Amino acid sequence: MSSDSRFVPLVLKTDTEPNMNRNFISSACKFLSLVFVFAFLSFTSNAQDISTEPAAISAGEALFNANCKACHRVKTQLVGPALQDVYNRAPSIDWIKSFVKNSSGVIASGDDYANKLYNQYNKTQMTAFSSFKDEDIMNILAYVKAETEKKEDAKKVPTPTPGQSDGGGVSSTYLNVILGGMLLILVLLLVILGFLVSALKRFLDQKELSEEDKEIVNSPITFGSVTRSSGFIFIVVFLCGSLGFKAVINGLYSVGVQQGYAPKQPIAFSHKIHAGQMEIDCKYCHVGVMKGKSATIPSVNICMNCHNQIKAGTQTGEGEIAKITAAWENKKPIEWVRIHNLPDLAYFNHSQHVNVAGVECQTCHGPIETMDVVRQHSLLTMGWCIDCHRKTDVNTKGNAYYDKLVELHNKSKKTPMKVEDEGGLECSKCHY
Amino acid sequence: MEESKKVYWKGIEQLANNPEFVKHAHEEFAQPGPEEDLGHSRRDFLKMMGFGVSAVALAACEAPVRKAIPYVNKPVEIDPSIANYYASTYTNGGDYCSIVVKTREGRPIKIDGNALSAVTKGGTSAQVEASLLSLYDNSRLTGPRGAAAEGKKREKLSWEDLDKQVGAKLSEIAGKGGQIRIVSNTILSPSTRAAIEKFKAKYPTTQVVQYDQSSAYGILKANEASFGKAFIPSYDFSKASVIVSVAADFLGSWISPIEFTKQYAITRDVSEEKREMSRHYQFESILSITGANADYRTQIKPSEEGAALVALYNLIASKAGKPTVSGGDDKIKNVAKAADDLWAARGKALVVAGSNDKSIQIIVNGINDLLSSYGTTIDVNLPVNYRQGDDAAMAAFVSEAEGGKIDGVIFYNCNPVYDHPEGEKLGAALKGIALTVSTGYKEEETGALVQYLAPDHHFLEAWNDAEPKLNHYSLGQPAITPIFKTRAAQETLLLWSGEANADYFEFVQSNWKTWFYKGTPDFQSFWDKALYDGILEVPTVSAAVVPTFAGDVNAAASTIASTPKSAGFELVIYESGNVGNGSQANNPLLQELPDPITKAVWDHYVTVSPKDAKDINFAESNTKYFTVTVEGKKPVKVPVLVQPGQTPGTIGIPVGYGRTKAGKVADGIGQNVYPLLATVNGSLSYTLNNVKFEKTNEDYQIAQTQTHNTYMGRETVVQETTLEKFQDKHWDRSFHPTVSTWADPKHKVAPGEVSIWKGHEYKDHHWGMAIDLNTCIGCGACVVACNVENNVSLVGREEVINRREMHWLRIDRYYSSDAKIDDWKGIEEAAENPEVVFQPMLCQHCNNAPCETVCPVAATTHSTEGLNQMTYNRCIGTRYCANNCPYKVRRFNWFKYHDNKQFETVNPAMNTDLGKMVLNPDVTVRSRGVMEKCSFCVQRIQSGKLTAKKERRPMQEDEVVTACQASCSTGAIVFGDINNPESKISKLLKIRPADPERPHRIDKITDNPRAYQVLEEIGVKPNIWYLTKVRNKDAAKA
Repeated sequence: MSSDSRFVPLVLKTDTEPNMNRNFISSACKFLSLVFVFAFLSFTSNAQDISTEPAAISAGEALFNANCKACHRVKTQLVGPALQDVYNRAPSIDWIKSFVKNSSGVIASGDDYANKLYNQYNKTQMTAFSSFKDEDIMNILAYVKAETEKKEDAKKVPTPTPGQSDGGGVSSTYLNVILGGMLLILVLLLVILGFLVSALKRFLDQKELSEEDKEIVNSPITFGSVTRSSGFIFIVVFLCGSLGFKAVINGLYSVGVQQGYAPKQPIAFSHKIHAGQMEIDCKYCHVGVMKGKSATIPSVNICMNCHNQIKAGTQTGEGEIAKITAAWENKKPIEWVRIHNLPDLAYFNHSQHVNVAGVECQTCHGPIETMDVVRQHSLLTMGWCIDCHRKTDVNTKGNAYYDKLVELHNKSKKTPMKVEDEGGLECSKCHY
Repeated sequence: MEESKKVYWKGIEQLANNPEFVKHAHEEFAQPGPEEDLGHSRRDFLKMMGFGVSAVALAACEAPVRKAIPYVNKPVEIDPSIANYYASTYTNGGDYCSIVVKTREGRPIKIDGNALSAVTKGGTSAQVEASLLSLYDNSRLTGPRGAAAEGKKREKLSWEDLDKQVGAKLSEIAGKGGQIRIVSNTILSPSTRAAIEKFKAKYPTTQVVQYDQSSAYGILKANEASFGKAFIPSYDFSKASVIVSVAADFLGSWISPIEFTKQYAITRDVSEEKREMSRHYQFESILSITGANADYRTQIKPSEEGAALVALYNLIASKAGKPTVSGGDDKIKNVAKAADDLWAARGKALVVAGSNDKSIQIIVNGINDLLSSYGTTIDVNLPVNYRQGDDAAMAAFVSEAEGGKIDGVIFYNCNPVYDHPEGEKLGAALKGIALTVSTGYKEEETGALVQYLAPDHHFLEAWNDAEPKLNHYSLGQPAITPIFKTRAAQETLLLWSGEANADYFEFVQSNWKTWFYKGTPDFQSFWDKALYDGILEVPTVSAAVVPTFAGDVNAAASTIASTPKSAGFELVIYESGNVGNGSQANNPLLQELPDPITKAVWDHYVTVSPKDAKDINFAESNTKYFTVTVEGKKPVKVPVLVQPGQTPGTIGIPVGYGRTKAGKVADGIGQNVYPLLATVNGSLSYTLNNVKFEKTNEDYQIAQTQTHNTYMGRETVVQETTLEKFQDKHWDRSFHPTVSTWADPKHKVAPGEVSIWKGHEYKDHHWGMAIDLNTCIGCGACVVACNVENNVSLVGREEVINRREMHWLRIDRYYSSDAKIDDWKGIEEAAENPEVVFQPMLCQHCNNAPCETVCPVAATTHSTEGLNQMTYNRCIGTRYCANNCPYKVRRFNWFKYHDNKQFETVNPAMNTDLGKMVLNPDVTVRSRGVMEKCSFCVQRIQSGKLTAKKERRPMQEDEVVTACQASCSTGAIVFGDINNPESKISKLLKIRPADPERPHRIDKITDNPRAYQVLEEIGVKPNIWYLTKVRNKDAAKA
């Protein structure tokens, strides 16, 4: 008995959310793709129509990164062909449009060029991006053209936004300087006190003193007499007690904090390779991140989009990838170890932060693109959340929801609106 | 308050003012019982120490490894953490509701009404809201079962084996021409009927016997006599300006209560623009929810129902110049007045009666005919399909079964052994029948006595369709893959009838293609649309011709006149407002829902009038057992509950209790009173004469939420007026509290104007709620909806007695009296037939909240959107806040109600693996020792805001709907942003900022004259407004 949904699925079997922000119209595809080679086909097809406007190029770049980058690069061949010059070598711009929207349809129509490509790339089909509008494809081509024509040296490897430094407070070097200074002052004090003692002694020696007093004055200051003095004992006990207390409090604060937690995963998946070297967009695999509370750990079908084709890894060879294939073939889900564990009493929504606020993944997850084994980068404590909510400006640009709020805020305050000003520190924003 | 002489009281104890009550009245919670008088010993201390040390050691260790397991192949439509909604259909016997099911990660977690349906129009009821938990009932059957050998458990069978064994027996029966019966409640589904037809084609000796727990056979027979066809017409209360109901509980259990509630609310709604409302007369014996909402309620005995109606007929007939009939008693109070009003409103009048007696219903038809109701308030051309049960056929079936004339019987999702008066006889006769099968999704009383159990899916797992009304169709689609090895009962029947393709989904689909598909556009689009909408409405083709009334009123009147009068007590057997007919009794959400009138939970009782109960001690809920003896039947022993409004000389017992095989929750609560029903004039009679009612010496305490959280006689809680006064354009509620200021004691100002608080500013949203006391009927659907949405713990009978129920939203039921409070005699008289007010009470989200200032750890704070926030993880359980709450709406977790064996029976949703699937993943399950309360569904507010932010647009008005609001069939609850002038609540309250220069301040003024706030004089400035109740009564009476 099949179960139809109330929302009748779109034609695509992709994880596409058509209503989403245009930049991420489709962050997933089902089949590997391929495209356009034939370098010697030299006739141009309206290639001059491709825009050189910076707006079109940047829109195209966003689309390219979100949708195409998993399989294509401009200059190098990946799963699919390198896209440089594609607007010149493909039969026509219209052909590109129809191929991107429905590659299998073009192939099925018996198109020569398409079939040649299809065979050349091991009969792997490119995902149909039926939700793309013509202008989207033109924007992507604008980006591809701009990249093609860019000089080699001008090409800059995009560096991911560095993670924000953890926690607040004073940096450790600064603390060291203060401590050193204080130590110096203490030594100076000690020297001064020594001078004082000898001066007083000399003064007393010149006076007539009783036997008893003399004994006291002449009694040597030994190590034993100091350590036995009640003042010294009090100071030592107090210091030890305070340090011990502080250690206990610190220890208690760290209960349940798993910063640096980097468990062994059932598959030695490397973000360094996928997100770092291959530059696959995070949203390509973590499909829920723009839509919902959970970013979602990719289902095996998403892995298989590429690993249908790529059977051997650069670091681990075939063994690890074989595990994915096995999971796919045996219909057995992969049991990943959860790294980021928020307590059940805290509600966190990825889409609020990534989609609405435009926070980079690295802000909380750290330099994930450099990690072979993922570890928990941030504290994930409430203090850590609150700290960011105090410091961060609300991303109000282009969001009509905030228009009225920004207007009201600017009337009363000069500083930009922080998350705090919008009620971002209130209990029921996260606890309900 | 306008009629400031009027006194409200919450229960008999408060009225009688007995010392026990007075002692406890000011306390929020009852005194702890002896079992909690914890004398901690030294040994306990050491144990706790030991535990503490080891707990700290454990906590310091590495947290347990948690797995995150994604799909292998993620379905396109499911995204983790994002809810999906499916339109579907609730059917339970002859009860129907078009619904939308909310699912998360493939699990249904909430049921809402489907606004697209022209029948239920988005309404739901407590039963429908609660049916969700029945899906996760631990007593469900996990697969087919064979016969049990003596003293052993039933044998587990595979479906193939079951089909083989039953098939063999069926062909054996068919071979010798034996009789087969399919017994069922009313079947609303046309495809199910078609499947049964296929079965009948294979086994032609099969007959279908339909019966209903609450039979309407009398109406069917009366209409057959009146119009030549046995049917139930469509009633439209929304078109009626005068409604007379004689013992018909049309807001609670009569025919189609969800539909009628919707219609009724339309006629009861008043505003400054519409200062008109219907007038509702009720004549009844027990105080029903319908009677509680009536403008004029007359206490009659069941034996007087006929006389009242005949009198009404005669009065109207003489006005119409038609011949009158013999009999009738026009001395019954309000009959003449009702007749005058009905006649004046003819064409817009409606008379209904709850009786199952054909003669009474013929008189009702006669009256409606005289009033020209047919064609206006009653549509005979739009028959409904609910309650088609045939009492005579069922009685015949039982006697045939007893006589050994039946060879095979299939019980299709029904439980007659429990809920039919001849159940016991039937149960005994089943042993002699060669083949007995039950398809219920649970075993239950009937299933326990049959050979084969072929469990059907729960309705949320199954494909189905329904035709509640002529040409109004409804599709049911599964919202979850079947949890157990169950199979659609229709598929079972199709398989047994030898169909090659027995898949019920395909069967329904092909039926719809044949029946409804017109050829354009393509079928898939047609089907998708029907599935998306959940409903399909086909325009009625036939011309609306009103058939002539041909009933014999004379004969009916003489039958009524010859009905013998009762010598002893008269007994009314009725459906209570929580467990209903008992089919869902094993649902703890319903067991813990306070009955709208009696406010009793988890208990069975017999209601008796205060006059008849003079010798019973009125101590709070403490009563005695009474034996109720009906001639020729086994006596029933139930505790007595004193019910104001009950007609003296009558008693009432609800059905739905006394289950023995329903499951852990319901078994053993109360007595089964279905066997007490009698057959009168060929149909079941729910009223009985000559009943003996005797006191025993056994004590009992009924768990009631009734007298909890009393307002200590404050008069500013309920405000009401009469329509006549309200019709004056200058009407204003007369109670406007004022306070004196220190500067000039003579200068009085509104309490809100004096404050030591600086007040808040809500720049973004300012959430508020308006509750219309005029349209709230007190049904309790909102309470169940709130429980489900917010993971509210159920605590069980004992804890309710300890006043520890956890409901965030309660419905206070007040009785009123016209007498002065010092006029004891006067109060007693009025108490016989009080007026009733229902007032939903929940956290008022005060802007100057008293709870916030007393919390030592700032666990309850104010948000920038007007919410009073409760932070569970911060709460240390001092309970100061509850102590300081003037509305007594805060609830304390006295125990750990989740993962605690002690509460497994009463709170399966938090204690069993199956039950936990119902929990709302967006709401925390609270632990022991923390306070909780209504959050204004903050999870819905947050999600609504996030959706708007993601779409980069301002929030639309009324985008956020709270669970209680969504469930309210009458629309009495309106929630929204009062900062947005376009929102429904802003328009309803006509709200404007007190200072136009600073529109975002908390101070708002409502220009709706009916709007008031409870306990306005204490100046806490709530965000909830109530709208004054308007009674359509003559001013003199008020």
